[in-house]
Amino acid sequence: MTETIPTDASRGLDPDGLLRAYRTMRTIRDFEERVHDEFATGDIPGFVHLYAGEEASAAGVCQHLDERDTIASTHRGHGHCIAKGVDVTGMMAEIFGRATGVCKGKGGSMHIADLSRGMLGANGIVGGGPPLVCGTALAAKQQNTGGVAVAFFGDGASNQGTTLESMNLASVWNLPAIFVAENNGYAEATASTWSVAADNIADRAAGFGMPGVIVDGFDFFAVHEAAGEAVERARAGGGPTLIEMKLTRYFGHFEGDQQTYRGDEVRNARETLDCLTRFRRRVVETGELTAERLDAVDREVAALVGGSVERARAAPAPDGADLLTDVYVRYE
Amino acid sequence: MARTISYREAINEAIAQEMARDPAVIVMGEDNAGGAGGPGAEDAWGGVMGVTSGLYHRFPGRVLDTPISESAFIGAAIGAATRGMRPVAELMFVDFMGVCFDQIYNQAAKFRYMFGGNAVTPVVIRTMYGAGLRAAAQHSQALYPLFTHIPGLKVVLPSSPYEAKGLMTQAIRDDDPVVFFEHKAMYDTTGEVPEEPYTIPFGEAETAREGSDVTVVAFGGMVARALEAADALASSGIEAEVIDPRTTSPLDTETILESLAETGRLVVVDESTPRCSMAADVAALAAGEGFALLRAPVQQVTAPHTPVPFSAGLEDLYVPDAQRIANAAKAAVDWSR
Repeated sequence: MTETIPTDASRGLDPDGLLRAYRTMRTIRDFEERVHDEFATGDIPGFVHLYAGEEASAAGVCQHLDERDTIASTHRGHGHCIAKGVDVTGMMAEIFGRATGVCKGKGGSMHIADLSRGMLGANGIVGGGPPLVCGTALAAKQQNTGGVAVAFFGDGASNQGTTLESMNLASVWNLPAIFVAENNGYAEATASTWSVAADNIADRAAGFGMPGVIVDGFDFFAVHEAAGEAVERARAGGGPTLIEMKLTRYFGHFEGDQQTYRGDEVRNARETLDCLTRFRRRVVETGELTAERLDAVDREVAALVGGSVERARAAPAPDGADLLTDVYVRYE
Repeated sequence: MARTISYREAINEAIAQEMARDPAVIVMGEDNAGGAGGPGAEDAWGGVMGVTSGLYHRFPGRVLDTPISESAFIGAAIGAATRGMRPVAELMFVDFMGVCFDQIYNQAAKFRYMFGGNAVTPVVIRTMYGAGLRAAAQHSQALYPLFTHIPGLKVVLPSSPYEAKGLMTQAIRDDDPVVFFEHKAMYDTTGEVPEEPYTIPFGEAETAREGSDVTVVAFGGMVARALEAADALASSGIEAEVIDPRTTSPLDTETILESLAETGRLVVVDESTPRCSMAADVAALAAGEGFALLRAPVQQVTAPHTPVPFSAGLEDLYVPDAQRIANAAKAAVDWSR
């Protein structure tokens, strides 16, 4: 596949910004592939849903965000956490159920959160996040911080009443909110072409009085541009936007999913659409970054993720007394 | 200085005083101003029962009307609470929790624990409960046991204007999610309430009446009926001690057990349906921790295991009344006279 490289390829991203974007996507990819391998050893408890393949979405959106901003995520939340700056070592420890995890081993893969980073949590409830994002967007508006709030959700959650109600409320209240529908083609084992009664999830934006945008979710630059416009509009008081990312998850719905419901789209996506491959080729061809610098990032990320697994495996489990702590701030 | 005001006014005053004290306090709900987008008054209602009346103009931009989208705006209140706000959201009738319960019990209630102690969610969800207004099956339930069941929530049931103000002030200042149950038949009841702000701590029961023959634990709207029953019992020589727990989570088990140690007899009065109710919860407390104190079987006075009926005669039969409470107390006393 060839593509014309426009002269404004960087779209406002200087080499540091490009490196950051690449590092974020590479970290997510390495993290998820490593969790996939570690899960297969049987040492990671519970349910794990991997984000590999969708990296450009989290990275392209979160590149625009700062400490004023909040995001809510899904059961497939590791990528959003990493893109919003949650500590990778603490995340891996959390997934292993260790006391050193970002949630002290009490949340796990489906509930990783770091409110200090504006990351409101992966969420075990499909459609759980959008109402919360209305709230953090409302807080930003009331406090005049200029902050925005982003709800990441999947094609499955696009059919949940909570999501639809939240889009309506966000428009009614003119909130600085961005709704990012990551349409990876399947809600669990059910195709979105079947479950979504519209040609596109983005088409639903019209029903809520907000712009709806369809983006190639494998293309970091397309994501970055669309998200930039939405964030700018939200910060300026222009209200919410719905962005639909068309993309594919590389692994199953959960680890252990035999994926017999799928065709060969994953192989096609890996070979022809992969966000990391395309990003690399583009920035090297434009001369904005060299292959050597990108390779160096690859090595650093591999060391970081590898180290996170070693540290997680060596970390202690939570103490039995932790069972009863942190239910309330105060309860007597 | 105390004056006589209504249960409705007491709640309104607590919210108003906290809004004046703390700019993080905001109010949201369906028609909490009432009139958004219409050609008439911008604050036509002040909530369906008028509880938030007058706040819209006193606190510009801080009383937010919402679409009828409980999941979205209850969730929004919860989300805002994680970012430094102290929202007071109105879930108009507790019967409507079915359309937004996920945000309350899977999100707000669990954040602190699931996130390893790194979340503070100071949200107050006000809601109306209880029978007596002929509002029938979907607008009359007493569903506080369902919320009491959930770790991470605090559940408050004021039984008087004085309690309503002090508990609401505490609820707004509290750093945990609080579900605040207002009995819809009590809004016009009046009582002495101090003008100045004050708090009533959670988990501290009020002994509404002292007595040594039988302990009557009554929740929320049932406290007044228990006191009425106690007066009737006194005329037949039975002195009932009436305990108003004020909050079901946390629950002041100590005061209940201390009273039981004195009386040896326990009646629990609960407007909810009987299975997995507060009556069952307190009876289990007595059977477990208070077994040696009991001189008679615990009497549970509850609604029947039915939906709330519409027709007046049926609804009157549904709700526990003073006569049933008195009969239960007599039965407990007669068991071990």
